[in-house]
Amino acid sequence: MSEITPDLVRHLGVLSRIQLSDDEVTTLTGELDAIVSSIAQVSEVATSDVPATSHPVPLVNVFRDDVPGEMLTLEQTLQNAPDSDGSRFRVTAILGEEQ
Amino acid sequence: MSDLTRLTASDLASKLSSGEVSSAEATEAHLARIREVDGDVNAFLHVNDGAVAAATAIDRRRAAGEHLPELAGVPLAVKDVLVTTDMPSTSGSKILEGYMSPYDATVVAKSRAAGLVLLGKTNMDEFAMGSSTEHSAYGPTRNPWDLDRIPGGSGGGSAAAVAAFEAPLALGSDTGGSIRQPAHVTGTVGVKPTYGGVSRYGSIALASSLDQVGPVTRTVLDSGLLHDVIAGYDPHDATSLDTPWPSFAAAAREGASGEVLKGLKVGLVRELTGFSAAVDASFRAAVAKLEAAGAEVVEVSAPHFEYATAAYYLILPAEASSNLAKFDSVRFGMRADVSGTVEDVMSATRGAGFGPEVKRRIILGTYALSAGYYDAYYGSAQKVRTLIQQDFAGMFADVDVIATPAAPTTAFKLGEKLEDPLAMYANDLATIPANLAGVPGISVPSGLSADDGLPIGIQFLAPAYEDARLYRVSAALEAMLVDEWGGPLLDRAPALNGGSR
Repeated sequence: MSEITPDLVRHLGVLSRIQLSDDEVTTLTGELDAIVSSIAQVSEVATSDVPATSHPVPLVNVFRDDVPGEMLTLEQTLQNAPDSDGSRFRVTAILGEEQ
Repeated sequence: MSDLTRLTASDLASKLSSGEVSSAEATEAHLARIREVDGDVNAFLHVNDGAVAAATAIDRRRAAGEHLPELAGVPLAVKDVLVTTDMPSTSGSKILEGYMSPYDATVVAKSRAAGLVLLGKTNMDEFAMGSSTEHSAYGPTRNPWDLDRIPGGSGGGSAAAVAAFEAPLALGSDTGGSIRQPAHVTGTVGVKPTYGGVSRYGSIALASSLDQVGPVTRTVLDSGLLHDVIAGYDPHDATSLDTPWPSFAAAAREGASGEVLKGLKVGLVRELTGFSAAVDASFRAAVAKLEAAGAEVVEVSAPHFEYATAAYYLILPAEASSNLAKFDSVRFGMRADVSGTVEDVMSATRGAGFGPEVKRRIILGTYALSAGYYDAYYGSAQKVRTLIQQDFAGMFADVDVIATPAAPTTAFKLGEKLEDPLAMYANDLATIPANLAGVPGISVPSGLSADDGLPIGIQFLAPAYEDARLYRVSAALEAMLVDEWGGPLLDRAPALNGGSR
């Protein structure tokens, strides 16, 4: 089932917003191929009559009253920001030149 | 004064309560021990410089006649996955270096409210991904039994801290065995509570359908005492169970008499294999003790356990790839100094800030969740999860608790499995099923390996909500074994002299 190629790993790096060096792509391709071959065995027993479980203990959705909660202050919210203007997070350009 | 570090939390609490010892003395003794040995062990990423002041405040309240909770004044180490307002919280990652949380994790807030004195933050595999702490961005923790060996992971720092008498109590988190496997390799006790039994608010999320916070200690009773402090409903955690819990310390005290073993049905899982001969021998000897004390030991079947590790390494990376998307270089954490768009900065930051194992799992999870593969991988893994829950339901229809060895081998050498992810993943084969099914588990020492003299743990599993049963059973076994050994297993650990590094 595994079809891990360097191009696929590069693409996954883009999707997950992780810049990968060529060396990392090479290493990850081999490792992922081995890991995926090993974990693909789940399909052996996951037949269509088995329901999927997302959480280990049955849970219901949780609601609370629609009143303001204990929120962080603006100062707390920005205290770890790499850059801010005192009231907002500051980042570089959202769009590239060709966009 | 250094003897104070050898006391169990329970005994220290008695001495604090009677006034024989002050919390400031106890805290200073542990800080001195950390200074003495942690250069070798590297259990701590950060030591709390406010610890003595917090201890003194407890002493003052006690002197003023205030009635304090049982553990008030006892020092506590906190795994760095749990956020704290007065110390950095990094989850073992460079991307969060220096991060100061604006709020305390609920378990930390409860610990402070119970008067526990925070000693510092303990080392861990980056974002709790690993079984050896070698994936920490801040260097590995070393096993106090043999400094060339791993202390387990991801919570190797918490386990090593209690094993090296740097703290009587610690908090850990267990997603696939990160509390129980370190307990196994360090001769300590670790508990993964029922899923939802302890709040995860402020626990930096790894895999939200698997993560659970729990106690790391040297004795079963101490785990029960700490579990009593941290258990309970938390409106800040949407998966928190609104269930009244019995006292786990009371369960441990009740179990210590051994009466609980009479007629107790203990299941051994036929399909769970792959343990070293020494681990298996220690396990068999412990089971024989249970049997001799009146337990009925039967074989039970879990035909789908062999798929548990595979399902886990699909579910965990999938959930982790989503949870770790928040490290985006915008709101907190590292930001790489590069030009370009916000996405360029984000990719460069994550490329520089995440270590190899974290990248491996995020890429794997992204693959497992991508269109065309979702059903074959993540969907199938969720079905395996159902089958494993059915395995547990079938077994618990016949037995009260399940017993297994806690991990396949004793502590391996640092570096031994670092380049082989699949070999590393196999360490969790006995602990993972409990996380997939949400059931509680405990690892308690069963003895030392006949091969290498290193500690081995036995794991007990109980049905969801039956955490107290684990405390009763393991306290009974612990009492018999400590009696046989003539003292706690950790008395046999080599002395740490410090200064060798």
